[in-house]
Amino acid sequence: MIRSGGTSLALTALVLALAALLPLAGSPYWQSIGISIAMFAVLTTSWALFSGPTHYISLATAAFFGVGSYTTGMGIELLPYWCLPPIAGVLGAAMAALVGLATLRLSGVYFVIFTLGLAELVRQIIIWFQNFSGQKGLYVLTKITEAQIYWQLLGLAALVYLAGWAIGRSRLGFALRIIGDDEQVARHSGINTARAKVALFMISGAAAAVVGAILAPRYVYIEPATAFTPMLSFQVVIMALLGGTGRLWGPVVGVIPFTFLWEAISSSFPNQTTLLLGVCFLVIVYVLPRGFVGLIEAVRRRVAAREGVA
Amino acid sequence: MDILITGLFLGGAYALIAMGLNLQYGIARIMNLANGEMLVFGGFAAFWMYTAAQVSPLLTVFLVAPAAFAMNWVIYSVMLRPLVRRARSRGQLEVDAILATFGLSFVSVGIMLALFGGDYFNYSYLARPITLAGDTYALNRATAFVAAVLICAAVYLWLNLSRPGLSIRAIAVAPDSARLVGIDVPRLAALAFALGGAITATGGALLSMFFTLDASTGVIFTLKALVIVIMGGVGDVRGTIVAALALGILETFVAAVIDPGLTLAAAYLLFIVILLFRPQGLFGRRGA
Amino acid sequence: MERRTILKTTAALAMAMGLMAAPALAQETLKIGAVGPKTGPLAGGAAVTHWPNIALWSKEVNERGGIDVGGTKYMVEVIEYDDQTNPAETIAAVTRLATQDGADFILAPYSTGLNLAAAPIFDRFGYPQITSTASTDRVAELSGQFPNLFFLLGQNSQIVGNAVDILSKLRDAGEMGNKIAMVNVADAFGIELAATAKPIFEGAGFELVYETSYPLGTPDLSPVMKAAKAAEPDAFIAWSYPPDTFGLTEQAIIEDLNVKVFYTAVATAFPAFKGRFGAAAEGIMGIGGVNAESASFQDYAARHTAATGAAPDYWASGMMYASLQILEQAITGAGTIDRAAVAQYIKDNSFDTVMGPVDFDENNNNPAYWTVGQWQGDAFRGVASTGREGAVAPMLKAGWK
Repeated sequence: MIRSGGTSLALTALVLALAALLPLAGSPYWQSIGISIAMFAVLTTSWALFSGPTHYISLATAAFFGVGSYTTGMGIELLPYWCLPPIAGVLGAAMAALVGLATLRLSGVYFVIFTLGLAELVRQIIIWFQNFSGQKGLYVLTKITEAQIYWQLLGLAALVYLAGWAIGRSRLGFALRIIGDDEQVARHSGINTARAKVALFMISGAAAAVVGAILAPRYVYIEPATAFTPMLSFQVVIMALLGGTGRLWGPVVGVIPFTFLWEAISSSFPNQTTLLLGVCFLVIVYVLPRGFVGLIEAVRRRVAAREGVA
Repeated sequence: MDILITGLFLGGAYALIAMGLNLQYGIARIMNLANGEMLVFGGFAAFWMYTAAQVSPLLTVFLVAPAAFAMNWVIYSVMLRPLVRRARSRGQLEVDAILATFGLSFVSVGIMLALFGGDYFNYSYLARPITLAGDTYALNRATAFVAAVLICAAVYLWLNLSRPGLSIRAIAVAPDSARLVGIDVPRLAALAFALGGAITATGGALLSMFFTLDASTGVIFTLKALVIVIMGGVGDVRGTIVAALALGILETFVAAVIDPGLTLAAAYLLFIVILLFRPQGLFGRRGA
Repeated sequence: MERRTILKTTAALAMAMGLMAAPALAQETLKIGAVGPKTGPLAGGAAVTHWPNIALWSKEVNERGGIDVGGTKYMVEVIEYDDQTNPAETIAAVTRLATQDGADFILAPYSTGLNLAAAPIFDRFGYPQITSTASTDRVAELSGQFPNLFFLLGQNSQIVGNAVDILSKLRDAGEMGNKIAMVNVADAFGIELAATAKPIFEGAGFELVYETSYPLGTPDLSPVMKAAKAAEPDAFIAWSYPPDTFGLTEQAIIEDLNVKVFYTAVATAFPAFKGRFGAAAEGIMGIGGVNAESASFQDYAARHTAATGAAPDYWASGMMYASLQILEQAITGAGTIDRAAVAQYIKDNSFDTVMGPVDFDENNNNPAYWTVGQWQGDAFRGVASTGREGAVAPMLKAGWK
């Protein structure tokens, strides 16, 4: 049942092409939900590229996202917009490389909290610098529309999927699968585990920074508290784990229902939004221990078994 | 001298924030992301008792601690034990605990919002100067520091001298072997979790004397507690105390000597540097 | 089996709650959208300034039979959403109100950042956005891009400039020296105000003897206050946010900071500030202020307290309520619920509000607002404004007892 690489690539391209038609439907409401889905699809998929095979849970998404937002916020008066997301990507990748090299010795929960501390450190330094430089508020006033932001995010999603697909077929992907199963074995069989991990972390850092840069014009006014909100890091982890990190398409399977659930709760229970979101997290953890991918596969197995009996 | 005392007071406050989480994570193996909400709950109780009936926060503590103990016992038994049973590996439990307690923190914020509203809890208690070695300090911070010393000492002695305490430490070191020598692991894990919650809520009641809290501020304290616990080393009371004091003194030093704008940056830098040189934290065991 | 029961119960419960939430529809109803933080970092401020005014206004409008639109009375139905202090959620909620809920009007969100994030959506659907909690120096540029965006609260440069003027007057009258300690919270608002203030202070001949920022969420501000005290300033100025406004004031009391002027920014005008510090609050200056003697404000404060159980603050609360009055008067005045007509009416006319008359200028900016207030007696009274009546004379801070 292993689909050949070409087919799944074509399928992904088809889905993305269909998704790109959304703005033409002309509904601003669906457009805004579409942006939310596209944003989290990129963030979770790129997060899972690193965390899926290595089992390292990173809470640094907000740091990269914030750096991206600030790149646009500080750069928009100096440079044309179109060169800012690539710059953010480079900055994000460079930062991820530094962090990756620094964290090689950490494992488990120590890595988790390290990334959290790192996000806060980056935020503090950037704010201090902004204050020190005497720069007043960061305004990103552009004519960029919601549809354009959405298409940029979809383009980025395509790049992330392409990267994930390429990695899956490369030596790097093979190395990562071994690392995920047993790092000792990987090391003994001559795999440079450090380089593999850092490379993946750079991809996920760059993607998150570019998302931050793309979304900055949408928020118009860049504030540290919202650009670096730790909530974003947690949301990404929750959604990715909900979907399942074992497959490239796993996270997005978590993002889509989660976004609709979030929207349904926000719109139906404005006074209990937080309470009910929490209840949903709990229900999901207890009812879907292996994420949506686990559920889908269980259903598939059951169907297969029934067919077998018949 | 001035910096040292101010720093110690702040470190004491940090110890109150982190000690409960250390017990919960180190022994019950639950990385409790709802820790900060428990702290805010304690703070709210103190605020409410003080504004409604002029009851001193120092007395409210004796109501808050048992209530939080019971609440956390129930939370552990009902919500978290199924996860512990279900988990096939340590990593699996960690992920499940993060997801579940993240949900729990949302629920807690929602409940507090419904009960108390979103307004700040604001009152003034012991906001008077005291003079120590020629400098002035806030009496409420000094009081919280004394309480922190008492609580930390009690936890330390209990873990090292009492029978359940020793068993709990055995669980922290080797959960599987502990079971083999007849230690009732599930019961003691619940005990540690509940005790951790009680300490956190007590800390919240004490800290509310000088921190301005509202229903949504819990996450700030959760982050701080996580950093301190990891920096000190998981499951080690001494580590948490040392890390808390080190952070308090460092932040005060940076604020007084270098630039207050860099206090939190310095704190996170210290955290990161420590992990780079001791990946298991100050007092952590390798591979724990 | 058990799980299924739980799911069913949850679903049933959810439906029941949904039904209860459904409003009883009156004959003619205006749907008014309201977005703001009920959770997240700004929830504490919104719980003082934003939500109570919406509750008060909608209750009052419906009690007097609704809003008059061309002779027909429209009851108002408020649809509220919690944006969790997250600009993405603000955008989502405003979009939802405009497209799914069919809101006739949408009230401006809370805070500068969330208002600006929502501005493109308001603009796209042609809703007038009368902000009462947004403070910026780019009014002209913003109202150029978003023609239906209005600013009530004022501009940072004026807020800062008037504070410096007061200090200059006190100094020139020989009542205080010219040494200033200035601190700011390192967040968007504090950074912007401090950066604006520094050249103005220096231009006015003041000497900044102590100057620093501190991060949002600093747990102990005593080193800041000790260093400020050691610099022996004549005035202490803090561009601060609520938790640190309380923290700095408490430390000043403990350190017995001896200054002639003590100024903290956001939340100084909260009734809870006076509630916490009591007599020590006397003489403290801060952003905002009101004409506490005016009958319209006193009446508003009494109604606010009766309806919501809490007194309004002395800065943005009144502005928030004024924004609602302006919307209501503009709908009635234009005689239609056509949003373009209402927005035009707001630009062309002046309005009578609890804060006094409001007449927007060519940049949709309210040119007359309170900039500096001071606790004097039981109220936070305006001591400086850009053209409001009823300013009281500033007094020096005389100790902390």
